Amino acid sequence: MVELNNIPHIDEISNHGVFAGAAEKKTATFSERYHQQNKIVPSLEEAIRRTGLKDGMTISFHHHFRNGDHVINMVMDKLAEMGFKNLTLAASSLASVHAPLIKHIKNGVITHIETSGLRGELAEEISRGLMDCPVVFRSHGGRASAIRSGDLHIDVAFMGAPSCDPYGNANGYSRDDDDGIACGSLGYARTDTEYADNVIIITNHLVAYPNAPWAIPEYDVDYVVLADDIGDPKGIMSGATRYTKDPKELLIAKTAANVIEATGYLYDGFSMQMGSGGASLATARFLRQKMIDQNIHCRFALGGITGQITAMHEEGLIDRILDVQSFDLDAALSLKNNHFHHQIGATYYASHMISAAVDQLDFVILSALEIDTDFNVNVLTGSDGVIRGAIGGHPDTAEGASLSVVVAPLTRGRIPTIVKHVNTVVTPGEMVDVVVTDQGIAVNPRRTDLKEKIEAAGLHVFTIEQLQQRAEALVGVPDPIRYKDRIVGVVMYRDNTIIDVIRQIDEDE
Amino acid sequence: MELITTGYAGTMESNDIMITVEPSDQDGVQVELTSSVYQQFGKQIIAVIRETVASYGVENALITAVDKGALDCTVRARVSTALMRSAKRSDYTWEVRQDV
Repeated sequence: MVELNNIPHIDEISNHGVFAGAAEKKTATFSERYHQQNKIVPSLEEAIRRTGLKDGMTISFHHHFRNGDHVINMVMDKLAEMGFKNLTLAASSLASVHAPLIKHIKNGVITHIETSGLRGELAEEISRGLMDCPVVFRSHGGRASAIRSGDLHIDVAFMGAPSCDPYGNANGYSRDDDDGIACGSLGYARTDTEYADNVIIITNHLVAYPNAPWAIPEYDVDYVVLADDIGDPKGIMSGATRYTKDPKELLIAKTAANVIEATGYLYDGFSMQMGSGGASLATARFLRQKMIDQNIHCRFALGGITGQITAMHEEGLIDRILDVQSFDLDAALSLKNNHFHHQIGATYYASHMISAAVDQLDFVILSALEIDTDFNVNVLTGSDGVIRGAIGGHPDTAEGASLSVVVAPLTRGRIPTIVKHVNTVVTPGEMVDVVVTDQGIAVNPRRTDLKEKIEAAGLHVFTIEQLQQRAEALVGVPDPIRYKDRIVGVVMYRDNTIIDVIRQIDEDE
Repeated sequence: MELITTGYAGTMESNDIMITVEPSDQDGVQVELTSSVYQQFGKQIIAVIRETVASYGVENALITAVDKGALDCTVRARVSTALMRSAKRSDYTWEVRQDV
């Protein structure tokens, strides 16, 4: 017999008392057990009821299905039907497919939104003052930090998954058989499922336990709901991200690759992240040739991953891929098939609270809607002041990388890209090192080291003011956008301090 | 220059402007503009169209313009061409700059 009192220092040894006898021995087969004791709930409505969701609570979604997502609209329709009001919708991002949310905002089901970005009709309506409470925009790293710190508390996470087993092990693809829907990495969903009070997995593809490898482990999942339709594969991802033929983008890409080489950050064992824009993707192509010619390889590529990156991995030019989001089917297939193509969560990717993967970057290639003469970058609002973009990992990677290169055409149609003041500051100029346009390079004056190296390589460096004046000479001076006083959006920097606000556009004649 | 028929020039491609010039019974030049950059450049585009029409001595016309972000030089070229076509004239010498 164990007697607690006889054990010296027992008060200092954490324990739960004396063993009271074993539980009943299991005798059912594995197969019988998992049919009896699984997490499958007969309907979405029943799962919602079991979570104890109440008016005023916060629900979350991921955006790995991009513009093919059917989960958010389906869940919101159900919540509206069940009579919920005053909910906060915290999505990792929203796309134009989510325009039906407008009616749920108008009828009071949703009263607050947090997201990385907004596009389409929903974005336009919000820019015109649809919501009383401003939308909170966070970067992917900022959102992960807000969830981790409790600034953004999630009551119920509704997570679409292209494969899941009856215990809730969920993934963005399946090793068992192909059901026609795959989104690759579920990186952004990982943060939600780790910290949310309740997690419902919504899947169209139930596979046998264990659904290994998984993105989301069963211990983070409370309920599994089966649905016929979670998304449209065509909208989730295209077969392969298109390689640009636009001579302007190719020129920008070639220059960007030369800039990177000149700065000394292209060395054997370097690390990088590429955006998915045309010029940014094409930069990978030019870097690839330099890597082959100079016999150097990349230790790891990070971020949103495309087929361009996975092809270089399969060629042996990139040792490791850290994938928080797979942008095309080639990337998703590589994640499934290549051992060193590794899935990571949003916290690991970019949270400022930890040593994140972005902090190990040599360089990042980023795009921009606008760049101003203080090097501030806007990726959120268009030249007409209307919300039409997403922060993504822009500020996270710009701060994390030793060299941040922003690539953009000097003008888009008649709209200048380099301006005196950006409409919305998303990434502060202090974190932006080099701007590469089709008509010249500008280096942040804070980085005199870079300017010297780039010029030594025979590339001409302009001042950012010269590029701004050149754009203005081509297109003229735009009339300023008219705004009302009302604030419709709050832009958070990655540490969740407020870096800027977005105001309602003024369309009155 | 006398306008005879409806004259068109331009395309609906981005960075271009589609101009339709019609003779008008009413006094003055009416310009109807739709533009992807109306808020930022609408006034300037209309001013360039009016200047170009005036430079051909045309006093009465209905101009319909659908702009997809054309630069001023493009606007002038499309308006000039549409005016010539509307006037059924071909005595132009585009390659000679008028200001030289």
